[in-house]
Amino acid sequence: MGTSTELVLFWVFAIPLMVSAAGVIAARNPVHAAMSLVSAFFWLAGIYVLLTAHLLAFLQIIVYAGAIMVLFLFVVMLLSLTDAELGLEKLTALKVVGIVGSAGLLGLVVTALAQGTPVGVKAVGEDFGTVKAVGRILYTQYLLPFEATSVLLLVAIVGAVVVAKEKI
Amino acid sequence: MVPTTHFLGLAAFLFALGFAGVLLKKNAIIVFMCIELMLNAANLTFLAFARQQASMSGQAIAFFVIAVAAAEAAVGLAIVIAVYRSRGTVSVDEVAALRDP
Repeated sequence: MGTSTELVLFWVFAIPLMVSAAGVIAARNPVHAAMSLVSAFFWLAGIYVLLTAHLLAFLQIIVYAGAIMVLFLFVVMLLSLTDAELGLEKLTALKVVGIVGSAGLLGLVVTALAQGTPVGVKAVGEDFGTVKAVGRILYTQYLLPFEATSVLLLVAIVGAVVVAKEKI
Repeated sequence: MVPTTHFLGLAAFLFALGFAGVLLKKNAIIVFMCIELMLNAANLTFLAFARQQASMSGQAIAFFVIAVAAAEAAVGLAIVIAVYRSRGTVSVDEVAALRDP
């Protein structure tokens, strides 16, 4: 693929991604926010494919858009929240500071990116980012963190049950 | 190949949106969604640099970030349910027992 084609594809994925990410903040209804987030995850998976991270792109859809967002929707459903229960969001001084702070953060990073000298992207082989290659690095170089992650997930499962259950 | 700065700028935008959401939103569930957005921005940065350096370590780290995000969502939403059960609200402005003694 030529560079211009990839650049076009980048914006094809990036613009809907930014719009749906903004939808998460703009939505008043938690279900609408969750749906915007699912859409953002799908577009982000497209960006991952552009970065030759095929395994991560599929994990993004399966784990994030699939598992995690279903969890979110279940909780939204269980709590059955309406806008009236939560009331209007008040614009306090702290929130103004929040808006200014996040805009400043974005401005800072973008300015820093604009001023730096661009570094060329190295060429990668055929198997970069495939299931086989990433799996091999996970089971050799990152074996200990990989196994620690399984313990972390176990702790999270037990912790979630203990916290959410009324009586054990 | 798209320059790395494009991906980093996009990640900065996503992170700033998530940051603003965490500070502005009242509903604890939406605050969690914004945290997921920030974690995704971090993942995008890892993958952009992994591609630039032609090193798959960044992809392994992104894998771990996804696993940690799953654990965080499970525990965090359990806490939201527990808070709703004891106080009847998930508004982060009203759950302030530690702030206002």
